[in-house]
Amino acid sequence: MYSIHENDPGTPIRISTKRVVVTVDGTTVNVPEGTSVMRAASLAGVNVPKLCATDQLEAFGSCRLCLVEIEGRRGYPASCTTLVEPGMKIRTQSPELAKLRRGVMELYISDHPLDCLTCAANGNCELQEMAGKVGLREVRYGYDGENHLNADKDTSNPYFSFDPSKCIVCSRCVRACEETQGTFALTVLGRGFDSKVAPGTTSFLESECVSCGACVQACPTATLMEKSLEDGGQPDHVVATTCAYCGVGCSFRAEMKGSEVVRMVPDKQGGANHGHSCVKGRFAWGYATHPDRITTPMIRASIDDPWREVSWDEAFAHTASELRRIQSKYGDGAIGAITSSRCTNEETYLVQKLVRAVFRNNNVDTCARVCHSPTGYGLKATLGESAGTQNFDSVDHADVMIVIGANPTDAHPVFASRMKKRLREGAQLIVVDPRRIDLVRQPHIQAAYHLQLRPGTNVAVINALAHVVVNEGLLNEPFVRARCEGEAFEKWRAFIAGEENSPETLEAVTGVPAAHVRAAARLYAKAGNGAIYYGLGVTEHSQGSTMVIGIANLAMACGHIGRPGVGVNPLRGQNNVQGSCDMGSFPHELPGYRHVSDPAVRALFEREWGVRVQPEPGLRIPNMFDAALDDSFKGLYVQGEDIAQSDPDTENVLAALRSMECVIVQDLFITETAKYAHVFLPGASFLEKDGTFTNAERRINRVRKVKPPLAGLADWEVTARLAAAMGVPMPYTHPSEIMDEIARLTPTFTGVSYEKLDRLGSIQWPCNDQAPEGTPVMHMQQFVRGKGKFAVTRYVPTTERANREFPLLLTTGRILTQYNVGAQTRRTANMIWHDEDVLEIHPHDAEQRGIREGERVEIRSRIGATVMRALLTERVQPGVVYTTFHHPESGANVVTTENSDWATNCPEYKVTAVQVRKSDSRSQWQREFDAVAVEQAGLLPRHGSDTAE
Amino acid sequence: MASMRERAPRADAADAAAPALDLPPEIVAAIDAAISAHRTRPGALLPILHDVTARIGYVPPAAIASIAHALNLSRAEVAGVVSYYHDFRDAPPGRCIVKVCRAEACQAVGADALVEHACTRLRVAMHATRDDGAVSLEPVYCLGNCALGPSITVDGKLYGRVTPERFDRLVAQVKP
Repeated sequence: MYSIHENDPGTPIRISTKRVVVTVDGTTVNVPEGTSVMRAASLAGVNVPKLCATDQLEAFGSCRLCLVEIEGRRGYPASCTTLVEPGMKIRTQSPELAKLRRGVMELYISDHPLDCLTCAANGNCELQEMAGKVGLREVRYGYDGENHLNADKDTSNPYFSFDPSKCIVCSRCVRACEETQGTFALTVLGRGFDSKVAPGTTSFLESECVSCGACVQACPTATLMEKSLEDGGQPDHVVATTCAYCGVGCSFRAEMKGSEVVRMVPDKQGGANHGHSCVKGRFAWGYATHPDRITTPMIRASIDDPWREVSWDEAFAHTASELRRIQSKYGDGAIGAITSSRCTNEETYLVQKLVRAVFRNNNVDTCARVCHSPTGYGLKATLGESAGTQNFDSVDHADVMIVIGANPTDAHPVFASRMKKRLREGAQLIVVDPRRIDLVRQPHIQAAYHLQLRPGTNVAVINALAHVVVNEGLLNEPFVRARCEGEAFEKWRAFIAGEENSPETLEAVTGVPAAHVRAAARLYAKAGNGAIYYGLGVTEHSQGSTMVIGIANLAMACGHIGRPGVGVNPLRGQNNVQGSCDMGSFPHELPGYRHVSDPAVRALFEREWGVRVQPEPGLRIPNMFDAALDDSFKGLYVQGEDIAQSDPDTENVLAALRSMECVIVQDLFITETAKYAHVFLPGASFLEKDGTFTNAERRINRVRKVKPPLAGLADWEVTARLAAAMGVPMPYTHPSEIMDEIARLTPTFTGVSYEKLDRLGSIQWPCNDQAPEGTPVMHMQQFVRGKGKFAVTRYVPTTERANREFPLLLTTGRILTQYNVGAQTRRTANMIWHDEDVLEIHPHDAEQRGIREGERVEIRSRIGATVMRALLTERVQPGVVYTTFHHPESGANVVTTENSDWATNCPEYKVTAVQVRKSDSRSQWQREFDAVAVEQAGLLPRHGSDTAE
Repeated sequence: MASMRERAPRADAADAAAPALDLPPEIVAAIDAAISAHRTRPGALLPILHDVTARIGYVPPAAIASIAHALNLSRAEVAGVVSYYHDFRDAPPGRCIVKVCRAEACQAVGADALVEHACTRLRVAMHATRDDGAVSLEPVYCLGNCALGPSITVDGKLYGRVTPERFDRLVAQVKP
């Protein structure tokens, strides 16, 4: 069921410069060519009755309720499948039409339960509404004929039920699964009267369904129904907000009953998602009210002490005095903060302001350090702006896509559905990934090339691709001449044309057949529109920044930049990783990516804040850990990040945390980091605060408070109160005032305000005088830096190499149903799909080691070891193993090393040399982990049954 | 646009692990043979389903996954097509397959009575296979033999003007 109170003109919008004028029931309406009669009628203010039609799906013409009369035509055409023609005169109401519609409705209702008053859809049921509209008063066929009323209900999916007894076989769900989601998990079984919608021949849970919710949304009856709605009843109001999971940034309508969420429905107006969703945003929000939420501030002197619950005032006073004590003892630079890519722009901005204006240093960093910092560096250096070049809609114009080191169907599912739609329309796909991701081959999708490289050889592959472009005459010379710096280009051309970069030379390094590289390069270079999408498989390497530069080089060389359908598109991992970078979370950059050493920029902030801003860059996260172990860094404020689980070389991180005197964690739950904290400040979920998130396409979306913070304060209020306790008041009354301050100080944000966001729905920065409504596609006329700058990208092998002791390469990634460290998704029913991390290993490697499916194996690197179960699969190539990192006890980062990107220190998560062998017990680290977990659980305040809120 | 026409050699689908089948080896072999005989033709699903049916008499539900995988379709799509056509069975048919025409012309000359007789003689309902696997009885809608109704087929062979007595002779191979 679509969200309450949403208009549905019945068929999708058509865009055309040609207009067609028709009259509907005497009203003249002017619509684009290709528009359906049904949509034209809706635009004329006439809603034709319908059941199988919706503006989210192509017209189908099966329900026969939307019949109309058209002057000069025989019969009663279906208005959904009939397109407007010039001068058409359409009648939607006549005695004959009324009779026909009533007759159709009688047939539907003769095989539909009459339990409306006790039905979960009561109050928002299209079937009921249409029965009312057509004036159904009797069912002449009676209710005793053959029917489907005894069909069994399928409740196997944790989030929705399927009750075929209520199904009218309109196929909206089947079409939503195909057209919108692209999974094809639903079908109509049988024929004629026996036709029934089904997820193949199994239950929903065992089927190919990925629980995106599109079918549930499309259902016009109670057949597919959210269990939360069945339990909670229909909502009474709606608040538009933004999902807090991945970087796609889907707009949602939180359907509320008082301050209780009944369901989350993707917003058709959403600029990023256009009404689509995935299992996480749509259903996995139950963590927000999970009993594990900590809702009272807590402090303790040492991490071996029990936590003591205190008032907010005491927490702030204690924290402020601890931080000032450390500063007076060890110096101003002995404390710092980590901002969160899960929090809002406003909150992130405040944390960096706290560091710069209150801590009086630049020791602020963000989790982007460990994910997309090379993107910021590489794109700034080549194109001039640290952000992706396109909007998501751009993919509709792409002819060839290269997906490098990204797994969109798992990590960015809603955008993956858009990609798949375009691929089904005929676009070609090149996948560059050590592992066979689902996008390589799945129903109706087949990559033209899968360049299955060895982990750590990205730069070799991108150089080989560019080598082919240059040496086979595929360069877009006019573009390069007009748009790029000549000298730098010539230097790059001379470098890339060298034999050391040929696919044949590099084949031995990358493991990718040279012929495939050549063919892929030709495909991309000759494409009308070629677009590159990439993820953390690009950045999380020792040459992460080099690879980002290499991607930009390739796009510029082929002229695939600066218009819809092309571009360099980082798929951001977290909801606000773009925003947290924009907001000055880096130790060397003030908001808007301006270096702290620039006196003019500093002066701007000093005037606004009334303090002196330090000109020297502060510590990056790994430097903070090093300094902590050197006893020169003693206090850390961590907002919404779990460094103890997510940062590499866990044992080193824990040692650093143990050596600090005041670790402040602001989070929803007792995270792994919180087990090493001295102050716990309860965080607010995305449902409990106002603010904005910026997604991977630079789209600033509003996050709206739908309920009060469980702990009483939103995260931005906590930071502001801490600042005040440290003697620097930050008297904001609403996050909109923080955004106003950001807009005053940041050239790319000068036109942004909450008023404008409410008016436009969302804004893609830059938004300023030159682009008052934002910038969907960047670098259109010229690059932000003026001329695009090629840079030489020499391939330097990582020092992390497979050897006799550690012969396999471990690489890591995410899966669909869990999210990052899992703090949220592990506290939802998503656990049914992934309750432990497993090690994917090729059957050959497993056989050599005598490892069978499901057996426990130890994964050991030169840094550490952990134990998990083995999954034998040919998804990974021989010599490569793979795991996810959603469960803390898996300890994926116990194994990963201290290696990092040369430019940004982004960790080399994606390549770790390991040995794998059978093991029947947990690793030493895991046993210690278990002990800490038990010990720390014992230090939490006891509330008995009232801990559950 | 040139690049869109420049079709790349698609990676052989076999490199993406095909689902393992829990069926007797000769059935697996027959399914594999049917798949490889037709998988490269456009619209290969129906030819494969026909071929599988010709080889082993039915389309085992367990085969749906491998057919779907070979054609890069979803399992649900294949299941939908299999279920649409009565001639694609999901269980082995009887050793003898009898089809009785129930279309208008045959009905007009006594097909309904013949159906009743068939059910009694064969001890099986329409659309069903007898428990001992001896026979399957199916309706069929027009065999194109309207002038000579009522018509039936026995194991694919057409007979016209079928009286109850003639019917009994034609199905003599099936024990009552």
